[in-house]
Amino acid sequence: MKYKVSIGLETHVQLKTRSKIWCGCPNRFGQPANTDICPVCLGYPGALPSLNREAVRLTVVTGLMLGSTINRRSKFDRKSYFYPDMPKNYQISQYDEPFCTGGHLNINVNGGSKRVEITRIHLEEDVGKSIHFEQSSGVDFNRAGTPLMEIVSEPELESPDEAFAYLTALKQVLLYGDISEGNLEEGNIRCDINCSLRPMDSDVLGSKIEIKNMNTFRGVHRSLVYEIKRQIGILDNGGVIQQETRRWDDDSGLTSIMRTKEHAHDYRYFPEPDLMPIVLTSEEIDAMRSAIPELPADRRNRFAVEYGLPEYDAGILTSDRDLADFYEAAAKISGNYKAVSNWIMTDMLHYLSEEGIGIDKIKITPEALAELVDLVVQNTINMPAAKKIFRILLESGGKPTAIMEDKGLAQISDSDSIDVFVEEALSSHPSSVADYRSGKKAALQFLVGQVMRLSKGKANPRAAMESLKRRLDSGDPGN
Amino acid sequence: MRSLNALPVHELNQLLQNGECSSVDIVSDVISAIERVDDRIGAYLDYDGEHALKEARASDERRSNGCQLPLLGIPVGLKDVLNVRGMACGCASRILEGYTSPYDAYVVTRLREAGAVILGRLNMDEFAMGSTNENSAYKPTRNPWNQDYVPGGSSGGSAAAVSACEAVAALGSDTGGSIRQPASFCGCVGLKPTYGRVSRRGLTAFASSLDQVGPVVRDVRDAALLLEVIAGHDRFDSTSLNIPLSSYRDTLTGDISGMKLGIPKEYFIDGMDPDVKKTVQDAIDKCAELGAELVDVELPHTEYAVAVYYIIATAEASANLARFDGVRYGARVDGRDPLDMYGKTRAGYLGDEVKRRIILGTYVLSSGYYDEYYIRAQKARTLIRNDFENAFGTCDALIAPVTPTTSFRFGEKGDDPLQMYLGDIFTVPVNLAGICGISVPCGMSGSGLPIGLQIIGPAFKEERILRAAHAYEQATDWHNQKPEIARTAGMS
Ligand SMILES: [Zn+2]
Repeated sequence: MKYKVSIGLETHVQLKTRSKIWCGCPNRFGQPANTDICPVCLGYPGALPSLNREAVRLTVVTGLMLGSTINRRSKFDRKSYFYPDMPKNYQISQYDEPFCTGGHLNINVNGGSKRVEITRIHLEEDVGKSIHFEQSSGVDFNRAGTPLMEIVSEPELESPDEAFAYLTALKQVLLYGDISEGNLEEGNIRCDINCSLRPMDSDVLGSKIEIKNMNTFRGVHRSLVYEIKRQIGILDNGGVIQQETRRWDDDSGLTSIMRTKEHAHDYRYFPEPDLMPIVLTSEEIDAMRSAIPELPADRRNRFAVEYGLPEYDAGILTSDRDLADFYEAAAKISGNYKAVSNWIMTDMLHYLSEEGIGIDKIKITPEALAELVDLVVQNTINMPAAKKIFRILLESGGKPTAIMEDKGLAQISDSDSIDVFVEEALSSHPSSVADYRSGKKAALQFLVGQVMRLSKGKANPRAAMESLKRRLDSGDPGN
Repeated sequence: MRSLNALPVHELNQLLQNGECSSVDIVSDVISAIERVDDRIGAYLDYDGEHALKEARASDERRSNGCQLPLLGIPVGLKDVLNVRGMACGCASRILEGYTSPYDAYVVTRLREAGAVILGRLNMDEFAMGSTNENSAYKPTRNPWNQDYVPGGSSGGSAAAVSACEAVAALGSDTGGSIRQPASFCGCVGLKPTYGRVSRRGLTAFASSLDQVGPVVRDVRDAALLLEVIAGHDRFDSTSLNIPLSSYRDTLTGDISGMKLGIPKEYFIDGMDPDVKKTVQDAIDKCAELGAELVDVELPHTEYAVAVYYIIATAEASANLARFDGVRYGARVDGRDPLDMYGKTRAGYLGDEVKRRIILGTYVLSSGYYDEYYIRAQKARTLIRNDFENAFGTCDALIAPVTPTTSFRFGEKGDDPLQMYLGDIFTVPVNLAGICGISVPCGMSGSGLPIGLQIIGPAFKEERILRAAHAYEQATDWHNQKPEIARTAGMS
């Protein structure tokens, strides 16, 4: 039988704030265990939460970027369950009055585009991390109290590819808005999956299987491929899917049962009495709205139109906010949109992937790239020289003109100087001259190469070729 | 001269200022009182006399250098729910054995800034759950007026210490009457400020939407003085409100002529102790004599208050006390896995009343019961709050008993928690409404036990109830009565 797959994602995003959500402890990764802690994030007796307004702002900005309705009044609730990594044994979260309701995210999958509805976005606190030793376990509470935003999608994703595309697009938005570091290795983005299957002709959603705590996009994809196959196997054999929660084992590539519906937690939500409801004024929301950046999809379209770039190039250039900012700055200075794009699309991205670094680590400035493009256009340097200069700019920065002068890379274009090299090339290679004249036009390329060699790469290749042709065709010297 | 430990703080301040005594004298008198009587009263869980004397010496030094602070050199006892850096904070529970607090509660910071000497930790019902101090995991506190009787609770240690002259002032906490009721049972003055008036930071939470720290003291002037010190906005407690403070002592004019005092008829019920009823009636008459205008008011939803209170308070407590799990601090019993460890730790180290309330609170929040209990209780809470708002439309403050009875014998209420809970009927509505109330001594029962008068005011109108209570107090002598044991404690 054919089945329709419905996938929903609950994505947890650690927000990029300086301090934690309820206390002044730094919000950062990689410190020695239990060093970024205090009575508040350890849940000591009498400790009270005090809301970090920056976390609220980032949540609302995310909602604005995704077209959510921002609720004027929201509140926090306590979600109770016992777990060693939970300092208070309840998590402060939002149950029925989140900051944002609704919204959508456009995803690109298999060459098409699809709009995925967002159910809600709420704010909560992250928990600590259990660490298991040989004979015992410990908990590192550095992460406890990190602001965690949860973005819940409608179950509208229909394949592992769509789930992957959703997460990719979401991450892009989060990076654009400067909402999160977006570092998967550090657990900045994690998600819970729910997935159900139903026969193609049915309107009723099937029993929901949840897969908890996914921390890579690839893992989400793989686990869904596995899970869908597993469920089809059961359904095709006349079996019934029971609502349950499963865990994914990345090594074995299998999901296994964590708990059944009967053992589902009763979280006993109730309004958090330690925090007052949050009321946002329209002025506050407007101020946040004015600070949101252009979204990746909008920027891609604008790049294509404004700079006349192919869709593909515009897509690559806008995939990363810093990259797009770099392009746009260089393009505006240079005015030669295509040339700037070519440099970034080929040499720069190649260099970045070769070195395995981000754009923030390179030394070249948009001004320098624009200047380099200009030098090429003005025939001040030729391409091989430009590439040499570009490499130096990437690695150590500087001004292209200064590097050109320092390294003696200026192109030789004046005909007197060129002619000197041309004459030498012709007189040293009489056989090539003969070849050319007997119709073997390829010999010309060889002779141009000789001119370049003699000029140590500085001759303007076009000028060299013209000079060669003029002399060869007129049958003038060298013969 | 009377021993210093029997004087109110404002008189001690006067003596200190005049150079007639030193802080060391005061602290020494208090310590010797503790040494003489506390084995019979059980008010203190712990105190560090040596440290207190050191602080007293430092205070005297500061005073000699011209320092003037509202509580400079005055020893203050703290209910064991308040965190003091470097000290235990046990909430009279064994589950916090070994816990040393790494921080000062907001009110402790304010006390220190005012120059107070932190004296020791006062006994209480475990996690402030109880009305008798019988629920302390360590020892019961006894009523200084008759040691066969309970001191009330949960701030029983605070009230007994002040009453027996083992402390000149103390802080307690009031979630459903835990300051006013023991103050009434022991013959002291106890003030529950408006919710949001005093920061709860560092007060170990019982029920977050009801808890409030307040003073337990000798007279109304001291209540005003301590409130001035501990009240105020704390930006790290989002339930603490930024509403300007009054100079509470300045409002104690002794004049209540024209003040409209409302008498809620629901607070004079059948089955009330006749002594209490008569004494409170006399006190009301006294207020009329002083020029107050009496008006009858209704608080029609009073009968639901106890049920509403025990749903909301236990719901919040069930979450607040979940943190006592043996993982990070306090007692731990190892287990096969975390769940086993929680079970064993909590079963072994929490008392019966605490467990009862955690179970009750867990139940009322459970899916399927939440709407029926918690949501309905919240709705009823709104009605109770509206009752008070309506009443305050026709009067300035309410005047009523604190409790339906005086103190009772240990074990007298038996094993019936419901009977015990009903004793809170006149105090819990004030917490549910988030308003303020004060208990002031107004007489003695036939069997020689103190009776308290409760004056209830609108939110953030502490100055009003302080003024009324002060005027009444100054027109009577009840606040000067001392139990017999206070003589042993060094009162001449
Ligand atoms: Zn912290």
